[in-house]
Amino acid sequence: MSAVVDAIQLAPAAAAHGYWRSVFSRLTRDKVALTFFSILVLIFVAAIFAPLIAPSDPYASSILNRLKPIGTPGHLLGTDELGRDMLTRLIYGGRLSLLMGLAPVVLAFAVGSFLGITAGFVGGRVNTAIMRTVDVFYAFPSVLLAVAISGALGAGIVNALVSLTIVFIPPIARVAESVTTQVRSLDFVEAARASGAGAPTIIRVHIIGNVLGPIFIYATSLISVCMILASGLSFLGLGTKPPQPEWGLMLNTLRTAIFQNPWVAALPGMMIFAVSICFNLLSDGVRQAMDVTR
Amino acid sequence: MILQVKQLKKYFSTGKSFFGKSRGTVHAVDDISFEVAAGETLGIVGESGCGKTTAARLLMRLIEPDEGEVLLEGRRIGGAQGGMSLTEARRRMQMVFQDSYASLNPRLPIEASIAFGPMVHGVAEREALKRSRDLLARVGLEPSRFAARYSHELSGGQRQRVNIARALALQPRVVILDEAVSALDKSVEAQVLNLLLDLKTEFGLTYLFISHDLNVVRYMSDRVMVMYLGKIAEIGPVESIYRETGHPYTRALLSAMPTLDPDRRTTEPPLAGDPPNPIDPPPGCRFRARCAYAESVCERIDPADAVGHSGHLIACHMSIPRSGHTRQGLAQ
Repeated sequence: MSAVVDAIQLAPAAAAHGYWRSVFSRLTRDKVALTFFSILVLIFVAAIFAPLIAPSDPYASSILNRLKPIGTPGHLLGTDELGRDMLTRLIYGGRLSLLMGLAPVVLAFAVGSFLGITAGFVGGRVNTAIMRTVDVFYAFPSVLLAVAISGALGAGIVNALVSLTIVFIPPIARVAESVTTQVRSLDFVEAARASGAGAPTIIRVHIIGNVLGPIFIYATSLISVCMILASGLSFLGLGTKPPQPEWGLMLNTLRTAIFQNPWVAALPGMMIFAVSICFNLLSDGVRQAMDVTR
Repeated sequence: MILQVKQLKKYFSTGKSFFGKSRGTVHAVDDISFEVAAGETLGIVGESGCGKTTAARLLMRLIEPDEGEVLLEGRRIGGAQGGMSLTEARRRMQMVFQDSYASLNPRLPIEASIAFGPMVHGVAEREALKRSRDLLARVGLEPSRFAARYSHELSGGQRQRVNIARALALQPRVVILDEAVSALDKSVEAQVLNLLLDLKTEFGLTYLFISHDLNVVRYMSDRVMVMYLGKIAEIGPVESIYRETGHPYTRALLSAMPTLDPDRRTTEPPLAGDPPNPIDPPPGCRFRARCAYAESVCERIDPADAVGHSGHLIACHMSIPRSGHTRQGLAQ
């Protein structure tokens, strides 16, 4: 029996490639998705190569040049409350902000999908055990949960990442479970069982391709929430600490300057907004490209 | 006998209360036994909810039976000693489902759907895809045009051809066709039926043909089994069932069948009411609530299959000698 199941490790590889290739080709024809994808790439590249691109040192403060407006010579986007160059800090800030926004969602996507697909496919008591445990975490507001876990683990970026991951596992697991339950009851899964395939093979060939799309779309919508939660943690002193540049933290420290220099104070928020919009529209495009029935 | 079914039973409990107490039991398949000879087609008919599909799923072991056993080629499926493993049984017995759309993975090109089965059983990918294309050609779908298509790009008839090819990809001996043509247009249905007949002779298949369409069953079958509420009402050779109908239920079914022949207009009163609730059925004959000839013996004793001539079994007291029914032997 196991020998038979093992023999299929090479699956319909050709078929799977064909599907993802067609998704990719449809995605490249979607102008909106492509545009926002390029903007994202730009922001990512800027963050990664920050030392090469940024005009000055993100930590170099100057008491004389505090809160300069946008367009000041030498400081294209003005300066913050300690006279540090905003453009530089926005570029550097992308490093931590994108990490804090993406890493927890990616981790939660992996763990949550695994839990949800297992619960949905196996059903019965396994489902009850997994989903009721997940529900316990669901009972707390996400901000409170993130703060509580971070607080318990202690301040620091890694602990903040861990706590955010834990916060996002339950909703992803729940979406994964409900989609899997729907797909599992379809006849093609029965037919696969009737051809003698074991559970791992069925999940890999027949379930994953049909459930990953919706889970993925949902997960991308969490990226912006995650960035905002991360900045909230920083504000409470549980995530990033000043003077490290991070958009959420910058937004919080600049909030005192909102009446003196509103445009500069709003810049970090605009970055968070831009990245969220990009992710949402890109995931929209991916969802449409994944829908083969169109 | 390629397939022997012995005292197969499946009860479903209908929803449990919070503390795990069962509220009632549906006797979906209640103690059915029958045999199918190699190369024949056994038609299975009955109203919806009579247990046809549950019986098919039990045979495929898609659900576990509560009691009874199934022997394929003389070997017990899932048996410990000398039994046939489930994987092996599922290679030799395949099934085509009613819903042609839901039974194909929308994310896979159809050639991959067909090749999946053989690959599960260790056939190399290249070989499996070749077999898949050969079968596509055999069921009338030009591989160069269709192999790479997805199921939504096909019509209902084409999809059901793909499902048939998928079932045949494992080179089975027995194919269960669960309402396989019911959802198709009449003209397409006829084409698919003829394809099934051709494939049967070509590959030496044995069919279990489940349908609610009595005309189609008559056209396809060598023998017919009539089911009512999880039990066999009547089983026998097709002409015997249609001409010398023994069971009042079968007669009611046949009389409900539309005919173009004015000499054969229905005279039998139609069946009144819905089938009784299959939850915790009362003792005695299952059909008695709707039977015009029900008597006290029908309430007390569940009619066992009575042997008629030439293997025609009728589960009715009117056909059982000395059963105590006053219309004994007047059934015809």
